Amino acid sequence: MATAPLSLKEISKKEVLFAPGHRMCAGCGAPIVVKMVLLATDYNIIATNSTGCLEVSSCISEYTSWKIPWIHVAFENSAAVASGVETMYRSLKKKGKIDKEIKVIAFGGDGGTYDIGFQSLSGAMERGHDMLYICYDNGAYMNTGIQRSSATPLGADTTTCPVGDVIPGKLQQRKDLTKIMAAHGIPYVAQASPGHWQDLVKKVRKALDIKGPKFMNILAPCNRGWRSQSNDAILLSRLAVETCYWPLFEIENGVTRVTVKPKEKKPLVDFLKPQGRFKHLFAPQNEALLKSAQEQVDVYWERLLKEEACFGDAEASE
Amino acid sequence: MGKVIAATGNEAVAEALRQINPDVCAAYPITPQTDMMQRFSFFTNNGMVKTEMILVESEHSAMSACVGASAAGGRVVTATSSQGLLLMLEIVFIASGFRLPIVMPVVNRAVSAPINIHGDHSDAMAARDAGWIQLWSENAQEAYDNTIQAFRIAEHLDIRLPAMVCLDGFIISHSIERIEYLDDKVVSDFVGEFQAINPLLDIEHPKSYGPLILTDYYMEYRRAHNDVMSRVSKVVLDVAKDFEKISGRKYDLFETYRLEDADIALVVLNSAAGTSKDVIDSFRNKGIKAGLIKPRLMRPFPYAEVAEALKHLKAICVLDRADAFGASLGPLCTDIMASLYQYQQKPVIINKIYGLGGRDYLPSQAEYSLNELVEILNTGKVKTLKEYIGVRE
Repeated sequence: MATAPLSLKEISKKEVLFAPGHRMCAGCGAPIVVKMVLLATDYNIIATNSTGCLEVSSCISEYTSWKIPWIHVAFENSAAVASGVETMYRSLKKKGKIDKEIKVIAFGGDGGTYDIGFQSLSGAMERGHDMLYICYDNGAYMNTGIQRSSATPLGADTTTCPVGDVIPGKLQQRKDLTKIMAAHGIPYVAQASPGHWQDLVKKVRKALDIKGPKFMNILAPCNRGWRSQSNDAILLSRLAVETCYWPLFEIENGVTRVTVKPKEKKPLVDFLKPQGRFKHLFAPQNEALLKSAQEQVDVYWERLLKEEACFGDAEASE
Repeated sequence: MGKVIAATGNEAVAEALRQINPDVCAAYPITPQTDMMQRFSFFTNNGMVKTEMILVESEHSAMSACVGASAAGGRVVTATSSQGLLLMLEIVFIASGFRLPIVMPVVNRAVSAPINIHGDHSDAMAARDAGWIQLWSENAQEAYDNTIQAFRIAEHLDIRLPAMVCLDGFIISHSIERIEYLDDKVVSDFVGEFQAINPLLDIEHPKSYGPLILTDYYMEYRRAHNDVMSRVSKVVLDVAKDFEKISGRKYDLFETYRLEDADIALVVLNSAAGTSKDVIDSFRNKGIKAGLIKPRLMRPFPYAEVAEALKHLKAICVLDRADAFGASLGPLCTDIMASLYQYQQKPVIINKIYGLGGRDYLPSQAEYSLNELVEILNTGKVKTLKEYIGVRE
């Protein structure tokens, strides 16, 4: 499906529908993601939001940053709530009580998406609701104070998998949620990063033009949890892509496209080094863990390229 | 007007929902509710209603989808039982906190463990303080009538609160009874057009639902909820008056049976009331002034009105089909006692726990309870405040 591109010039003229004044931390990646998503589209949007940093900081008492209709219900049900909103829209539209075109976007962090909200997300996708689910993935339960989630990368130091004398941080690899969503056979699944804003905007626009359930996993650096600088969210989200830690790809109707291929694949340490949560990995005794982290990235990347070659559309990739 | 047929409780409630024709229904199967939503799915898939079904993957998502759909701005229904109600309980509280007029038939069933599919009141009692309205139903007719009235009550602009309609699992949900259905048009006119308040779908006037509210205003929100609950009784009575006009059937906050001149009485919810009334008749035939009160509006509990109806009695036995472990008394008994506490002269109250996990409530249990009240009248002594009856020793 051809979706018109959107230039930076046009984007700059648009109203930002996520207002400033919210209480997200300085340098947080999540509001950047939300702003980009809302700037990407001209559709009327209703947003649902799981409990988490974004929700708890964007609508407090009588203040809201949301210039679109927005609903937060609980932690694990952003997708289920969105399915209710979308179904009511469909019901009232059929009855002629609504004539406008409206799209529903569900937002959730990685805790609310990979973990506690995984069932409701899977259910909503299987039921085929016309909605876009966006996970802003910062790799841990940041809102409650940096506890490990199933999105936390191998080796990371969090408050519930702290680096100790016996256990050196998180011993397990991340859950590959993007591929799990693709396995639902839904029409569109993509991974994006705010450091590659054109790619992100394009994917959101494409997703919203496709009818049915869509899923996007968007990296959202968290300087508190990643223990990085408050001005490097974009830098880190670029390094994540350039090291192939966070490959940018999409799977549209089963066709895989790697949408951004780094000219030169950087070593994973370039992404890990600026982050305090990986500091211990550079100690001599954790060499094996660091090596294993690089190997996992390499294996995933090679496999993704093979998938694109076998089942994909490599020529259309950039 | 209407028609008289033989139907089960589940069938009767499904029929009411067909006539009401809500905009969205989200549901998940659970015994003994399943058959109600199966019947409703038959209506949707055969074009007999315009309702959009959301066949969710859990009760938690059923209530979540209901909240989303209701906040979007339309009429919403779901139904559940037992573990399903417990699983969705987190969102049950949120539905009432958002003041969304969702209607939910609850086909009462025991809760695990041990797992048991049969009827008792443990499920709805666990949810009784969730800020919803609860209407309880003795039989299929009342379940049908309460379902129709529940929409009018929940959507009433003075209150806007979600409502549960409780009926006993299997005993009512799966038993065939004589029932009078109203005409489709009579029901749809009675329920009327849904009036959306602050709908999410009003895209020109964006609203935010579900803000964070901390120490500064949280308490004011909860007090406002309490104030709204205090207005429910009047709405229930007003709607009952209107319902009587279309059906000829009279409803109140509770039903009394031979209570006015009684010395002793049973207090009982739902299906056990029928058996109890029969036994009360036999006691009356023996010259014993026995009566009964059957609460209909369980939440908000009409304390003052119940107390007014009971205060002249000498002794009361409250029959609870659920226990409140550690609270020393069953949940209904706690409310009855609280309602009478303020009176200087009040009846002696005893509590019997009966029928858990669907165990039959037999006339002998009502006789046993009434005989104990007679003994209290004669001796002035209470043997046991709370006792399990119909149970192996």
